[in-house]
Amino acid sequence: MKSGLYGFLFAMWGLIIIGGGIMVVLLGPFTIQQFGDFHWILASGIKVTIALVLVVLWILILSKLKNWIFKKELKF
Amino acid sequence: MIELIVPAIISCILAFFVVYFTTPSLIKILVKKNYTVKDMNKKDNAMVARPGGISIILGIFASEIILYGFFQLNEILAVIITTTAAFLIGYVDDRKVMGGWFKPVTLAIAALPIIFLGAYDSDLAFPLFGDVQIPILYLGLIIFMIPITGNTINSIDVLNGVASGFMVIASFTLSICLFILQNYEIAIVSLPLGFVSLAFYKYHKIPSKIFPGDSGALTFGAMYGVIAIIGGVEIIAAIALLPAVINSFLFLSSVKRVVEHRQIKNPTTLTSDFKLKTTDDRTAPITLVRLILAGGPLTEKQIGFAIFKLAIFSGILAIITAFMMGVSL
Repeated sequence: MKSGLYGFLFAMWGLIIIGGGIMVVLLGPFTIQQFGDFHWILASGIKVTIALVLVVLWILILSKLKNWIFKKELKF
Repeated sequence: MIELIVPAIISCILAFFVVYFTTPSLIKILVKKNYTVKDMNKKDNAMVARPGGISIILGIFASEIILYGFFQLNEILAVIITTTAAFLIGYVDDRKVMGGWFKPVTLAIAALPIIFLGAYDSDLAFPLFGDVQIPILYLGLIIFMIPITGNTINSIDVLNGVASGFMVIASFTLSICLFILQNYEIAIVSLPLGFVSLAFYKYHKIPSKIFPGDSGALTFGAMYGVIAIIGGVEIIAAIALLPAVINSFLFLSSVKRVVEHRQIKNPTTLTSDFKLKTTDDRTAPITLVRLILAGGPLTEKQIGFAIFKLAIFSGILAIITAFMMGVSL
């Protein structure tokens, strides 16, 4: 059990590092120039949407990982 | 650097000893006023004083005021205001049972001084990959972060000494990371949290003489969240907090709604020799303690140490991450 918990912690850490990398690569260079004064609002809106999608994806992967690592223990 | 040492030493001594000396008096007053709760995992039905948040906020307030006298930073004001607000929110919840919405909503409001004082940098720093500028998104992050850290620490406050012991490990880890990143002023601002937690642990450890209550747990969590924001170490702070995050994640994914802990079934029961074991009730939520107990019954002390070992492991990962911040792919 304990090794499972340490493995889950390590997997979460890895997901944070990888997720952060994807966020920097996707969101970092993202700019919009065509919409005059509103370009930063649009860019921020799109950034928020991408970030939320990434967070949802992160939670889904974590849920699958949890069920896989603790499949025996979760059958209470 | 040298000019920072004197304020650091004074604030740390003050943080530790204010809590160390005021908590015994607080216990006496609380017991006299009958502000006690039953310790559910003890055979003699011991009554324990609550809430200890009063001595915790005194220690934090005294040490941070001293630091403000030295540095006059808006970041310190943000720590003082948001942490005090979190304490008051917790204190209201300690005295009067509030709905599940109360703490998240009011803690989000408590985060606003960080924005109004401009005590943040909207760049989110990631290890290996660098920073990402998210000015609008970051405001949302501030408002969400304080309720998350507050409630995360509150949700791990389930056994004698766990919340304060866990905070000792997590907050000193955060301070070490801030020193590694050469953010010395905020590192010094963060140190009192570790010393306050350490002094409170003396009275909270098994067998507890006092419980922190919601006021103590939210004070710990909110201050931790503010330091993460003003220090620009949000990702590192989240990593150091991972065991508590796992606890909240497991709880939410099994309960599937935001709910007060007092409204749910206890995921553990006691054996005849007063060890804790996982309940047979399939509808009880899955928590970190329940997973630790999956291998068989354990004493409260053994579970506490298992959680501390997990906290040390995630602390090491956080320190590795801090070193990785200096590396760019």
